[in-house]
Formats: sequence, structure tokens, C-alpha cells
Amino acid sequence: MRNWIADKTRALQPSGIRKFFDIVSEMTDVVSLGVGEPDFDTPWAVRDEGIYSLERGRTFYTSNAGLKPLREEICRYLKRRFSVSYEPMKETLVTVGGSEAIDLAFRAVLNPGDEVIIPEPCYVSYKPCAILADGVPVTIDLKAENQFRLTAAELEEAITERTKILVLPFPNNPTGAVMEKEDLEAIAKIVIEKDILVVSDEIYAELTYTGKNHISIASLPGMRERTILINGFSKSHAMTGWRLGYCCGPAPIIKEMTKIHQFAIMCAPTNSQYAGVTALRDGDGEVEKMRTAYNQRRRFLLHAFEQMGLPCFEPFGAFYVFPCIKEFGMTSDEFATRLLQEEKVAVVPGTAFGDSGEGFIRISYAYSIDDLKIALERLSRFVSALRKR
Amino acid sequence: MRDKILTFLERNSKVDPAELAVLLGSSEEVIAREIRKMEEEQVICGYHTLIDWDKTDVDKTTALIEVRVTPQRGQGFESIAERIYNYPEVQSVYLISGAYDLLVILEGKTLREVAGFVSDKLSTLDTVISTATHFILKKYKDDGIIMSKKNKDERMPVTP
Repeated sequence: MRNWIADKTRALQPSGIRKFFDIVSEMTDVVSLGVGEPDFDTPWAVRDEGIYSLERGRTFYTSNAGLKPLREEICRYLKRRFSVSYEPMKETLVTVGGSEAIDLAFRAVLNPGDEVIIPEPCYVSYKPCAILADGVPVTIDLKAENQFRLTAAELEEAITERTKILVLPFPNNPTGAVMEKEDLEAIAKIVIEKDILVVSDEIYAELTYTGKNHISIASLPGMRERTILINGFSKSHAMTGWRLGYCCGPAPIIKEMTKIHQFAIMCAPTNSQYAGVTALRDGDGEVEKMRTAYNQRRRFLLHAFEQMGLPCFEPFGAFYVFPCIKEFGMTSDEFATRLLQEEKVAVVPGTAFGDSGEGFIRISYAYSIDDLKIALERLSRFVSALRKR
Repeated sequence: MRDKILTFLERNSKVDPAELAVLLGSSEEVIAREIRKMEEEQVICGYHTLIDWDKTDVDKTTALIEVRVTPQRGQGFESIAERIYNYPEVQSVYLISGAYDLLVILEGKTLREVAGFVSDKLSTLDTVISTATHFILKKYKDDGIIMSKKNKDERMPVTP
């Protein structure tokens, strides 16, 4: 029989996280710090709206781009929180999570051979999605000494004649790095000069701890017309399973993305969309509560690492810390594997998010303080034992 | 900082000042001092433990009693409230707007004990016009905490 699998699909590397998932699933009593989603339940008012929409029999397709009230609410929200203005009907598309928007953006924009600059470490799907869209991923290895921010120099060095897209994944999973206004201004200058489109994945926008609001690059002068802003409800409103995200951008691009979305997906889940309206309309208080709790855990973890003597730059976003484990002379993968085997703590090796994650591990603080305490006790014991050997 | 401390302690008073300092990004001295001051100023009036007595062998009966009273000249509801709240079996007394005046939460060992209190002590007060007693059959949520909530983590253990 023929080999049915397409060459480019077969050539894709499976996610490095998969391996750990498989090991952990076989074990008992594992304390996991490996989860990339909130531990909070979706706020009740939002769930209630989802239930209500089902009771009302709202079980049909919506328009391809999403419910009008939801798109309007999204635009009001982006204006209110991040000072970016979009037109709901032409510049806004509701997607199945932020992930779909990433895929759509690449497919709508890339011609074969176009290069996509991807700063790593980063979320696992940019590279495969770029490849599947016939793009060529060009990675930038972000550095710990820059607090894993993207610098203008690094960007300039990566740009070629074929560069079409820059992916801007901040606040960042897995490092927790954020880009502040000055950082973004430096990037914007180059991007405008070189005529590059930015795909800004701002799914963690609500989770920053600098005391200031997240800054979207789309809010900088000259950037709105060359940015596809991606956001969603998963992290901010603890709605991962609802699969609800969105993107905003220039009307001609959103129109093409909507075309692909229309053929591939039809529309985002209807009851999720109704729940999403409530989330944006009434959810700010709950978001604030979650942000406060994450911030407390973040401080708790950083303090614990300090006590352990584990170097870790202070991350100001998302719900991850990215401590350095180079002193132990192991790869991230070895460290994570042994930590799992010896102390039954699951973390994700930094290399799952790109080669530049080598020497680091991702620790999620989407866990209660009580859970974190148990895990840190084990981690501390593991680290002390390694140092004694 | 006070608001932050109070918001935290309201949900979890078991935390020690050193840990709270880490969580709130402050120092142990500041946290300990602020808590002490707030205790002195009676902003913090006490600490108590939320117990689901239904899960123990101890019998408890809780009743909500709506009390209508005649306010007294010059004192309003203060003196009648005081006469009621001084009974140790009275857990809470609230002045309420609407159809009645005071809401009294009473805890006794048995239904009979609660009924006895209402008929012997509460109803016989001069200013009490009427009472209506409601016995609590089950507590689903108390002081913001859901009593029977299961805390199982249903997330997949490792995700990107």
C-alpha cells in the first residue's frame, strides 16, 4: 500500500511535551507543575450564561466571523483595557481559541518560502503552523540576560529579503517575559522600516504583574495596519475548554482569514460565544481576582527559588517561571526526567519550547499555594541531593 | 497594603506573617505591625474557623430568627440589640431593612433548646413584637466557602 502521509506532516516533530505527558500518565502521586492552563474554574456568571444559552436553544451556527454582540464586546474590551480600536464587523474574527487564529494568520499571509521570524523559547505551535502553511520558520534564540525579551539587534539580524511575519509571543509562555513599551517601540521601528507583518499573540495579556497594563504593539503609531492581534478567553477568564479566541487586524487580512475559517471551521462554538459576551461585559472583577492570586504565587515561587539558590530572572507575565538549572550539568530533559522519577514532580524541560530553552525548566504556578508548597519541598530536596553528589 | 492583608486574611487567617509578606511583596515586619494595629483598632475583630459540624458527631442546630421590635425612644435599636446579643448562644445579630427589624442567628444543641430560647427569652422581651424562627436544614455555602466542594484537579497533568 502507498504511504498516505504527506511529507511535510511526517517531517513535523511531535511536541516535546508529549513525552512527559505519557510518562506522567503512567505514574501515581505525581505533583504536577506542568500545566499550561488556569487552575481556576470559569467564573460562575460566565458558565451560567453558557448554560442559559443552551436552555434557550441557541444551538445553531453563528455567522462565520462570530456573533455580532461578541465582536462588539471584544472591540470595547480591547479599547478599554489596551487602548486599541478595531471595527467589530470588518476587523474582528472570533476563532476556536487563539491557536486557530495563529494557523489562520499564517495560511492567509504566507506564500511558499516566506520567512516567519519566531523568537524562542515560545509556545509550541508557531513553528509547525508556519511549516504547514509553506512558510519557513526562522528562530531567534532569546537570552536570559535580556530577560528573554526580544531586542532590536536580534530582530535585525534575523531579517532577510524573504521575511514576511514576525511572531511576537508576549507575555511569554514558557518564560513569563513581558515586553514593555520601550522594548516594543524599538521593535516597531524596524518592523515598519522593513515592511514586516506582526502576529502578536497576546493570550496572556491580562496576566502581567508590572503594576502597569500590558501594552499591545498594535497600539503604537504605525503598527495597527501591520499587526494581527491574537487574544482569547482561555487564560484571562479561565476558559480553556470553551475553545474561544479572536483576532483583530487590517480588514483585508481579516477578510481572508475569515474565508479560511469559514471553510475549515464554520464558526466558534455558539454557547461559548454567548458565554464570552458575559465574560467581557462582567468579568473584569473575576479577572482581577485571578491576577492577584497568580501574582501571590509568583512571588512565593521566586522567594522559594531564592532560598534554594536556583537562579531565576523575575518574570512579569503569564503564569510561568523559568529557572536556570545549568549548574547541575544536565540537559533540561535529563533534569526534568530525573525530577519526575526521583521526586515525582512534573515540570516541562525548556527545550520543549525551542533550543534556547536548554538549561531551563518551565514551572507553572497555575496551582494553589498548598500544592506549590508540596512540589517545592520535593524540588528543594532534589536540588540539595544533586548538589551533594 | 491594609486592604491586601484583609482581603487575604478574610479567606485564610492561618497564614503566618512571614509567608504573607512573601505573597504580598512586603516585609514580615510591616505585615506583623499592620495586623497588630488592625487588631488594636478592631478592624480585625477576631479569627475563627469555619467548621462543617455535619461531618462530626457533635449535634448543632442553627436557626434564623426574624424579630420585629419597637424601637425605644432615644436609643433606637441599640439597647434591644444588646439585650439579645449578650446571650452566648446568639451567634449574630443584624439590623435589617424591610419587613422585620433584627435578624438573629442562634445556635443550640437541639431544636428544643432553640425553641426554648425563643419562647422563654426572646419573645418575653418587652419591646419584641413578634418572632419567626427558621431552622437551617443544610449549609451549602458559609462565609463564602462551599462546604461540599470537591477539589479534584481535572486538568491533564502536562500541557503546553
